[in-house]
Amino acid sequence: MTLLDVTSLSVSIGAFQVLQDVSFHVDPGEIVAVTGESGSGKSMTALAILQLLPDLAEAKGYITLNGTQLLEQSEDGMCAIRGQSAGMVFQEPMTALNPVKTIGAQVMETILIHKAMPREQAEARAREVLDRVGLPEDRFPLSRYPHELSGGQRQRVVIAMAIALRPKLLIADEPTTALDVTTQAQILELLRDLVQDYGMGLLIITHDLAVVADLADRILVMRNGSVVESGHTVWLLRNMRHPYTRMLFEASNHQVALPQQPATAPLLEVRNAVRDYRTPRESLFCKPGTFRAVNDVSFTLNRGERLGLVGESGCGKSTLTRAILGLEPLQGGEIRLDGQPVTTHLKPASRRKVQVVFQDPYGSFNPRHKVERLVTEPFHTLPDPPTGAAHRDLIAETLTAVGLSPDDAQKYIHQFSGGQRQRIAIARALITRPELIIFDEAVSALDVSVRARILDLLAELCAAYALTYLFISHDLSVVRTITDRCLVMRHGEIVEQGETEAVFSNPQHPYTQQLIAAAPVLPDLDLGAA
Amino acid sequence: MLRYALKRLLSLILSLAVASLVIFLVVEVAPGDPASFMLGVNAQPDTIAALRAELGLDQGKLARYLSWAAGMLSGDFGTSYTYRTPVAGMIADRLWVSLPLALYALTLSTLIAFPAGIYAAARRGKPGDLAVMGATQLGVAMPNFWFAMMLVLIFAINLRWFGAGGFPGWDTGLWAGLHALTLPAIALALPQAAILTRVMRSALLDILGEDFMRTARAKGLSRRQALWRHGVRNALIPVLTIIGLQFSFLLAGAIIIEQVFYLPGLGRLVFQAISSRDLIVVESVVMLLVFAVITVNFLVDLAYALVDPRLRSRT
Repeated sequence: MTLLDVTSLSVSIGAFQVLQDVSFHVDPGEIVAVTGESGSGKSMTALAILQLLPDLAEAKGYITLNGTQLLEQSEDGMCAIRGQSAGMVFQEPMTALNPVKTIGAQVMETILIHKAMPREQAEARAREVLDRVGLPEDRFPLSRYPHELSGGQRQRVVIAMAIALRPKLLIADEPTTALDVTTQAQILELLRDLVQDYGMGLLIITHDLAVVADLADRILVMRNGSVVESGHTVWLLRNMRHPYTRMLFEASNHQVALPQQPATAPLLEVRNAVRDYRTPRESLFCKPGTFRAVNDVSFTLNRGERLGLVGESGCGKSTLTRAILGLEPLQGGEIRLDGQPVTTHLKPASRRKVQVVFQDPYGSFNPRHKVERLVTEPFHTLPDPPTGAAHRDLIAETLTAVGLSPDDAQKYIHQFSGGQRQRIAIARALITRPELIIFDEAVSALDVSVRARILDLLAELCAAYALTYLFISHDLSVVRTITDRCLVMRHGEIVEQGETEAVFSNPQHPYTQQLIAAAPVLPDLDLGAA
Repeated sequence: MLRYALKRLLSLILSLAVASLVIFLVVEVAPGDPASFMLGVNAQPDTIAALRAELGLDQGKLARYLSWAAGMLSGDFGTSYTYRTPVAGMIADRLWVSLPLALYALTLSTLIAFPAGIYAAARRGKPGDLAVMGATQLGVAMPNFWFAMMLVLIFAINLRWFGAGGFPGWDTGLWAGLHALTLPAIALALPQAAILTRVMRSALLDILGEDFMRTARAKGLSRRQALWRHGVRNALIPVLTIIGLQFSFLLAGAIIIEQVFYLPGLGRLVFQAISSRDLIVVESVVMLLVFAVITVNFLVDLAYALVDPRLRSRT
C-alpha cells in the first residue's frame, strides 16, 4: 500500500502560484528524491505535506498519508500527525535546535508531546535513538547542549528527534547541504540505514543530483512549481526526456576549458605561515591557550596560475585567505605578494594587487549604493582613479566583461538575481586589474545552472585578462575543472599539493583519498545516446 | 558557571573602584565651596577657613578620597555639611522609600509587559497586536508627571481610593506603605511597561522566525506550545537587559514622580543636596546609585547565564 500519496497538489500565496498540480507517491521503505533549483518548489512541497506552509499560503489537492487526508485535518489533527506519523529534518543543523535546551530534552519532547509514553520510558527511548543515530552515551549524554556539538552531530540530533516515535514517513529537506562531504556521506548512510531498519518512507529534498543518483529509488524533478519529470532513478537518468533534467545533469557536471597560460615568476609566496588564535583561559589566573588555525603552511602561486584550495570547514582555509588579504596577522612565517611582504597595514599600492570575491552574493554589497559605486569601491586604492568619461567607460567595459549591460550601473543590488550579483562581485574584483583574485567559495551558494555559467565566465575572463587566482572551495568537482594546481588542507596544514588532475586521479595522502571517496559523484552516462 | 560568576564579580569590584574615583574627582572640580556657601556671602575669611578645617576640606585630595572611600566601606558616609547629621542615616531613610518604590514599579511593569508582549507577538498584525502596540505608543509618548497628576486627579481627588501624596512610613504597616506607593508606582511603571512590551514583542518575533521554532512545530507542537516552550526563554536576553536598565532608572530617576507625590525619596535628597552644595551627600548618593546600577548589571549577567547555557561555558 502506498504510504504517502500526493495528487494534484497546488499551493498559492496570494496571487502567486507556488506549486501547480504536483503528484507523486512514496511507498514504505522507499527513498524518493525531489530535486530542482532554488524556487522550483521542492521545500514548499515538503512543508505542504506537514501543513507547515507560511501563514498566507493556501493548499489545494489531496495529500494522503497512510489513508488519512492531510489537507482535511484540523490544526490539532496535524499536530498529532507531525512528529508521530511523519518526522521532518531540515537543512540548517546549526540553527534547527533550540540553543537553551539540552539535546535530551529536545529529543524527549517529541515523545512527550504526543503522550506516547511516561517520562522514564521517554528518557530511555531518547537515549536509544541518540545511540541509534551514532551519538553514544559516554560522549553525548542527554545533558549536552547543542552548542557543544558540531554541525554533523547536531544533524544527528535533529534526525533523532524526527525518528524518536518511529514515524512511517521521514521528510528530509536538504539534510546535508550545510555539511562537509565526509559528514554528508555519513548522514546519508545513516538515513539509508534507518529506512531499511524501520521500513520508513523517505522523501528527501536536495538540489544535489549526485546525492540523488546515489541514494534515491525514485526521482522527481521540479521546476517553477511543477514536476517536469519523474521515474526510477536509473531509468530516469538514462532516459532524461525533459530538457530541464538534461540541463541540470549537464550543469552539475559542468566542465570548462581553461586556456593554457604560461606560469612565469612567483606572484604569491607563503612561507611557513602560522596563525594562532587565543582560546579562553582554563582558569581565572592561568594564561590563555592558543588554537593553531594555520600551521606551517608554505606554497607558491605563480603569475598566470589558477590554484585551488580544498578542505573541510574549520580546516583553516578562510583564516589563510584572510592572512593573504592582510586582514589578519601571522604569528610566524611570512606571506609575500609580488615580492612585498603582506601585513595587516598594507599600503594602497600593495592592497590593490589583490581583490576578493566572497561566497554570499546577498550579504557582500551595501544595499543603498548603486552598482556604479559598488564596482568602483576598489578605486580608493588607486593613486589617480579615472574620472569623467574614462570612469564611465571602465565601468561599462567591466560590466560587459562579466556579462552584464553597461546600463546596469545605475541599478541597485536588490534588482539582481544571485548569479548576477556574483557577476557584479567579480566585476568589482576585476575593475582595478589586480594581480591576484581570491575566490572564497564564490560559487557555493549558486544553483547548478548559474554556477555553470559563472564557471564559463571565469574561463572567458582567463582568456581575456590572463587571470591569476586562488580558488577556495569545498566542492571538489568545481575545483577540479577550474584550477591548474590544487592544495588540500586539513587541520591547518597543507597535506597534499600538485597538478589538479593528478591530485584527483591519483590522490597520495589518505585524507585526500577519503575526501574524494566521500564526495558523491554523478553516474557516468552517455547523454548523447539518450 | 562559577568561573563566569567570579569573573563578573571581579569586574563588579573593579568598576566600583573606578567609579568611586571618578565621582570624587567630578564633584571636586565642580565650582562652589561648601564652606562659604554654608556661611553665606557675608562670612569672614577666617570663619570660612575654620569651617573648612572642621569639614576636612583643607586636607589634600588623595587623603580626602581615601578617608571617604574607607569610610564608605565601613558604612560611614560622613556628615552632611548642611544638616550636620550622618549621611548614612539620611540615605537609609530615603532608600526605604525609593528602593521599595522602584521594585514595586518594576514588578508592575514586568507583570504588564510580559503577557502583553507575548500576546502581541502571538497575534502579529492582527487586531489584538495593533491594540497593544497602539497602547504602548501612548505609554511611551505620555509624560509621566502628567500621567501622575491624572492619577491623582482621578483616584485620589475624585474616587478617594488613595491619598494624593506623602508617605506614612513603614511603621504604620506594610499595607499602608504599599497603599501609599501604589499611585507613584503605577505612574512610574506604565511608561516602562510600554517600552518593555515592545522589546518583548520584537524579541519574540525574532525568535518566532528561527529555524528551531519550525523544528518544534514539525515535532508536533502547536503554535502556542512552541511559543511558550521554545520562544519565551530565548527572547529573555534582550528583555533582561532592558529590565536591568529600567531598575537603575527607576531608583535614581524617580525624582519628578517623587515631587508630584511628595515622597521623601533619594531623588529629592540628591536634588536638595546639589542645590545646597552638600557635596558629601551628593558623592554618597551618586556612589550608592552607581553601586546599585553595577550590582543590578551583575545580577542581569548572572540571569543571562541561567537563561543561556552558551554563556555559562564562555569565560
